[in-house]
Amino acid sequence: MSVGAPKIPVVVAEVVEVNELIKRFRFVRRDGAAMPIFSGGSHVVVEMDDHGTRRMNPYSLMSHPADTMGYEISVRRDEVGRGGSLYMHNHVKPGMEMVLSQPVNLFPLDARAKKHLMIAGGIGITPFVAQMAQVETMGGRFELHYSVRSPALGAYVDRLQQHYGPRVHVYFDELRQQIDLKTLLKSQPLGTHIYVCGPKGMIGWVHATAKAMGWPDRAVHSEEFLAPPVGLAFDVQLAASGKSFTVQPNQSLLEAIEAAGVEAPYLCRGGACGQCETEVLRCDGHIEHNDHWLTDDQKAANTKIMPCVSRFRGAALILDR
Amino acid sequence: MSLDFNDETFRGDYTFKNSAKAIKRFPFPFPEDSYMYSVNMEPHVPGPVGSIFEHMFDVDEHYVAEMRDRAQVLADDPLRCQSLPHMELAGWDLLELIMESKARDYPHWFELHKDGNNWHWINKPLQIEQRFTFMDASTLPYGPLEYITRQTQGDFTLQDQRDDDLWIEAGMVTTQADWSLDFDIGMSFKQWHAPVPLAGQMGIFDRALKFLLKLQHGAPVRRFNWTMTVDPLLDTSPENYPKWGPSKTTMTPETIGHRQHLRVELQTLHRLPRSNAIVFPIRCYLIRFEELVTVPKWARRLHRVVRDIPDELATYKGFLRNKPLMLDYLAQFDDGQPTSLGFAPD
Repeated sequence: MSVGAPKIPVVVAEVVEVNELIKRFRFVRRDGAAMPIFSGGSHVVVEMDDHGTRRMNPYSLMSHPADTMGYEISVRRDEVGRGGSLYMHNHVKPGMEMVLSQPVNLFPLDARAKKHLMIAGGIGITPFVAQMAQVETMGGRFELHYSVRSPALGAYVDRLQQHYGPRVHVYFDELRQQIDLKTLLKSQPLGTHIYVCGPKGMIGWVHATAKAMGWPDRAVHSEEFLAPPVGLAFDVQLAASGKSFTVQPNQSLLEAIEAAGVEAPYLCRGGACGQCETEVLRCDGHIEHNDHWLTDDQKAANTKIMPCVSRFRGAALILDR
Repeated sequence: MSLDFNDETFRGDYTFKNSAKAIKRFPFPFPEDSYMYSVNMEPHVPGPVGSIFEHMFDVDEHYVAEMRDRAQVLADDPLRCQSLPHMELAGWDLLELIMESKARDYPHWFELHKDGNNWHWINKPLQIEQRFTFMDASTLPYGPLEYITRQTQGDFTLQDQRDDDLWIEAGMVTTQADWSLDFDIGMSFKQWHAPVPLAGQMGIFDRALKFLLKLQHGAPVRRFNWTMTVDPLLDTSPENYPKWGPSKTTMTPETIGHRQHLRVELQTLHRLPRSNAIVFPIRCYLIRFEELVTVPKWARRLHRVVRDIPDELATYKGFLRNKPLMLDYLAQFDDGQPTSLGFAPD
């Protein structure tokens, strides 16, 4: 069974410096055809050829879901990461040819919600930009609470406030402004769903606060893509394909499997979706489980690994792939 | 009615029949001489010219008569089409998918002209011409799901995806193998599959759900299901069981070849773009035993499948009672010769 949808060959139409940390990229199809319509909250995986290293990073789509002329993403520069965002910032120019995956939505709006309450931190704003556009088209009710470091780093603040008016609330850390979450959650109408996208701390804070106030778990939604962490190099053996290789410090296990010419399933490449789940046949050592997918029990058992974000330290790791 | 479409009935005098061409393209569902459950899904990609897989939505000689039958079922029981309020967007997604597919695949029968959200739809076989505003249900005579599925063969269910599960929350169901949308609406994936024997213990539903939650837009999949039906009745619903159930008790060796039908469902699954819902079209194909045995390989194989099927499955599929009659009839076409692998006639 394969879930592979055809990839989308694109050309970079526009690169815009939004502020000193964030650039926006617009992609159009090379053949001039229409892009698929998508649902707000979807991401695409952008394939990069970083001077011989193949990188595939997921980014939320932030263009209007009904805009079939092109897709837009925003990328925050990460100086200490593995280099995907630096590649996007330093090397991707208008006219370049790239490849995108089909959109996949792991952060959908709940269509039953009477109101959508969106809470964003920093670059976590991007899925909400598309979701607000979609909800507005449908005549739905929403409110955005958007926390950023400073006016200079507040991507899209002006544009969103201008367009959506009092439905957009902005908080600047530098001015010591904070979302008054308890008051906010206390004053919501029945049938409200909460969505949060931002730093790990913010996501945990919103979940914990809502839970303590008696919100049902299923009314609180979050999305956190993990960048594959860097780490020490380690060796791995693939039993089914009979290959052995070393995973480099700035390479993910999934990328190393692909570089070895072995097909492996994936969707989010950020530890969230479960698609790349792989059986561990032998583990002499310690798996660094960095994903949100496996349960704590599964992680402790060391019989499964999510190669998109997880790593290994020890003598031998053999996978059923 | 034009030459392309049969003038036939699926009730009353049951004049339904398959032409030689329709028999040749019938989706015989058994690739080998035995049957057991499996998820058996494959990409729903275009198949050979003339086959039922040639196009995304197959339109065949039964189209006009099937739509006439659906209209009658709905007139008798409007609850066969339902859509919970949050599923309207998925209905528009489906309307777009079907209109675009049919206009592309059958341009001599269907046309779709778009000027922004002002759409103009022409369905020549059903003599329908409609101008409407896309995403504005007040411009159509029915909601988007009902509008387009009154013009499309097969049943349709729409599944919302949330909380790592699929929820059946809209549908058009008039050609079903004994299940009820009115009963199932609002259920989760495992709830609506609960009546299926054996498969749950086999882990089939765990695997299928996991797979479907990751189904991607632009990559539809398909599988077959099958059962047995007495007389070419499309509407074998629980609601109408008193009307059709007893027909199973009236079979004789003389009538079985003519009245017993193999009922095959081509089930496809598509991710919808705006709503992130999944549409599940269930397209029913009927073939009477007399028609089926004109293909020697299919006659041999069907005999072996029916002979060896576990009783739980024959009970669930509703033909345990008539299994001996079926076997007596089919045995005369099974000379014990080996059959080749795959669905196709030799």
